[in-house]
Amino acid sequence: MSEADARPRRPNPDDMDDRGLSETPIERVSYLRAGHTLRSWLLTTDHKRIALLYLISITFFFFVGGSAAALMRIDLLTPEGDVLSNEGYNRAFTLHGVIMVWFFLIPSIPATFGNFLLPLMIGARDLAFPRLNLLSWYIYMLGGLFTLLILITGGVDTGWTFYTPLSSMFANGKVVLAATAVFIVGFSSILTGLNFIVSVHKLRCPGMGWGRLPLFVWSMYATAIVLVLATPVLSTTLVLIAAERLFGLGVFDPELGGDPLLYQHLFWFYSHPAVYIMVLPALGVVSELVASAARKTVFGYRFVAGSSLAIAAIGFLVWGHHMFVAGQSMYASAVFSFLSLAVAVPSGIKVYNWTATLYKGQVSLDPQCLFAMGFIGLFVVGGMTGLILAMLAIDVHLHDTYFVVAHFHYIMVGGTVSAYFGALHYWWPKMIGRRFSLVWGRLSALLIFFGFTLTFLPQFLLGYLGMPRRYHVYDPDFQVLHVLSSAGAGILAVAYVLPFAYLFHSMRYGEPAGDNPWGDTGLEWTVPSPPPKHNFDSIPTVTGPPYDYASRGEP
Amino acid sequence: MTMPAPARPEEPYVSLDQQHHADKLGMFVFLATEIMLFGGVFAAIFYLRLTHSEAFVAASRALHVWIGAANTAVLLSSSFAVALAVAFAREGAARHARNCLLAAVALGLAFLGLKAWEYASEYGEGLLPLNPASDLSDLHQLFMNVYLIATGLHAIHVTIGIGLLGFLVMGLGRGHLSLPRRAIVIEIGGLYWHLVDAIWVLLYPVLYLAR
Repeated sequence: MSEADARPRRPNPDDMDDRGLSETPIERVSYLRAGHTLRSWLLTTDHKRIALLYLISITFFFFVGGSAAALMRIDLLTPEGDVLSNEGYNRAFTLHGVIMVWFFLIPSIPATFGNFLLPLMIGARDLAFPRLNLLSWYIYMLGGLFTLLILITGGVDTGWTFYTPLSSMFANGKVVLAATAVFIVGFSSILTGLNFIVSVHKLRCPGMGWGRLPLFVWSMYATAIVLVLATPVLSTTLVLIAAERLFGLGVFDPELGGDPLLYQHLFWFYSHPAVYIMVLPALGVVSELVASAARKTVFGYRFVAGSSLAIAAIGFLVWGHHMFVAGQSMYASAVFSFLSLAVAVPSGIKVYNWTATLYKGQVSLDPQCLFAMGFIGLFVVGGMTGLILAMLAIDVHLHDTYFVVAHFHYIMVGGTVSAYFGALHYWWPKMIGRRFSLVWGRLSALLIFFGFTLTFLPQFLLGYLGMPRRYHVYDPDFQVLHVLSSAGAGILAVAYVLPFAYLFHSMRYGEPAGDNPWGDTGLEWTVPSPPPKHNFDSIPTVTGPPYDYASRGEP
Repeated sequence: MTMPAPARPEEPYVSLDQQHHADKLGMFVFLATEIMLFGGVFAAIFYLRLTHSEAFVAASRALHVWIGAANTAVLLSSSFAVALAVAFAREGAARHARNCLLAAVALGLAFLGLKAWEYASEYGEGLLPLNPASDLSDLHQLFMNVYLIATGLHAIHVTIGIGLLGFLVMGLGRGHLSLPRRAIVIEIGGLYWHLVDAIWVLLYPVLYLAR
C-alpha cells in the first residue's frame, strides 16, 4: 500500500485516462473502456467482459437463493414453524437448492474467475471459442428467466433432487418448468467446460508446458472435464422426468415396473460429480492464494495439480453413497463406501501441501489469505464429516438429518463461497484496477468465518441428535440449537453484503492498483490492471516454473 | 465455424493450423457430451432390461425389425457419403463434396421418413403408449416408453444433423467455403453426423435385436 499512498488521490475515475490507472501507453485501452454502450457489453466476445456479466448475474441469483434461506432460518426460530406453511417451506428449500446449486455454485468460480483469468494465466488473448462463451451466458440467463418464472408462478416442492415418484406422479408444483430451467442452464455449463478444455490444450503460450500451468488452471481443467462428462447425464434424467410428466412415458414409474432407484442412480451420477464441479475451482483458488500469502512456490506442485485430476476421476465413481438406505445392493454400497473414502486421499494431499507451503513462509494477513485459511479449516471439517457419512453403518443413523445438511454446507458454503470471496478480493484490483480497503476486507473475512460457524456447527449437533432435514415443525428440545443457527445466518447475511459496500466504494475512490498489487508471479500480473482488451500486446513466452518467488529473492 | 473464409486466423489464435486443431478438439469434446447424454439413456435401457429381461425380449419382438434394419443401412450409407465428401473437400473438389453432402441429407430425410412410417404403423397396431386405444401390459408399455424416448431423442439429433449438413451444402453452393483450405469445416460437421449414425448402430441391436 505504501507506494500507492504516495500517489495523489483522484476521486473520479471518469476524469482519468488509462495512463493514470495503469501506467501503460494510452493506445492500450482497458477492457472496461473499450466501448461504453450497452450493446458493446451485451454483444461482447471478450472473456473479461463476459466474466463481469456472469459476476453480476450470479450475484443476483446468490441473493435470491439467500433470501429463500433467510426465510427458512426465520421460520425455524420456533418449533411450530409459524412463518411459512408446510407447502411454503417445501417450496422455499427447493428454490434455495435449485438456485444455489445451478445458478450460483456451479457457475460461480469457473464462469467468473475462470473466464476472466484462464486466458490471462495461459498467455492467450481469449478463450478458444469466444462466441460460444457469450452464448453460454445467454443460455444461463434464459435458464435463470425460467427459474424466476417458477418463483412468480408458485414454485416447486420436490427438493432440488426432484426424486421420483414424488416429482413425476405426486408433486403439484412447476416440476417441468424447473426441470426445463435446469436442463437449459446445463448447456451453459457444457459450453464453459468445452471452452476451457480446448483453451488449455491449444492456447497455451510458448514455454507454458503442462508442468508450468498455474494450479488454478489445473483445477479449471479438472472441473471442465467433470462439467462436460457429467452434465449431459443430468440432461437425460430431466428429459426422462419431463417425458413422464408431460406424455405419460414413465421410465421410473413403479406401477409399470419402472424403478425409482434408477432415477436416483442417474441423478447422482451427475449430482455427485457436481459437488466436485463446485469445490475443485475453490481448491484451485486456494492454491493460488496460499502461494501468494506465503510468497513461496507451492509445496509439491505436481501432487496438488494431479490431485485435482484424481478428485475429478474418483468423483465419478462415488455416486452410490447417496443411496445407502434406498435399497441399493449391499455389495454395491460397500464398494461405493470404499471409493468415497478414497476421495479423502487427494483432498488430504491438497490440505497438507497448502500447510507445508505456508510453513516458514512470510505469511501476510491480507483479506484473501484470511479467506484461504478460513477455507482450509472449514474444508477439513466438511471433508472429515464426509468420511463419517461415507461409513455404511453410521450413515443409517445420520442419513437425511441436519448432519448431512451441515456437512455439505461446510464444503459448499464454508468452502466454495469462502474461496469465491477470497478470489474476489485477490483479483479485484486486477479486474477493476483499484485497491480496496484491506481493513474492511479482513473484517468481512472474519465475519464470514464466524457467521458461518455459528450457522452450521449447531446443525451437526442437531443432526446427530436426530433432527431430520426438510422439516420445519420440530421437537422443542431442538429450539436452542436452531436459534443459534438462525443467529449465525443473520451474521452471515451481513457479512455477505458488507464486501459489496467497500468493493463498490473502491471502484470510484480506490487507489489505482498498478500491474501487480500483491507482488505475485502469474502471467495475469504482467499486464496492466484492468487488462487491455486483447490482454497481451504480443503473446508472452514463459521461461521459468510457476510461483517462482525464489528467483526474486523472496524465501 | 463462420462461413466467410478468413485468410488469417480468428481472434485468439496465432495460426490457422492452431485454430483448426482447436476447432476439431472442440467438436470431439462436444461429441463426448453427446455420448454421455445417450449413455444415460442406454444405462436406463440396460438396467430395465436386466430387471425385466423376459418381458423386454417379448416386447422387442413386436417391433418392426426390418424397418429398423433398412434404417441402419440408410444411415450407414449416409455416413459413407459424408466420409466421401470430406475426402473430396480435402482434394478441393467442391462440386463432388457438395453432391455427396446432398446425398447424405437425402438419406437422412429418408431415415426420418422410414422412422415416421414405423411410428405410424406402431400407432395403428396399438403398440404406442400414446395411443389411448392401446392395451399393452405394464412391462410392454415400459419397454415402449423407453423405446419411444430413445428413438425420439435420436431422431431429434438426426434432424439437427440434417440441418448442419444442409448448412454446409449452402456454404459450398454460395462459395463461402473455399476448398481445400476450409475442408476442416466439412470434416467437423461430418464428425457430428458420424456420431449420430454410430448411436443408431448401438440403439438398433439394443432395442430391436434383444433376444
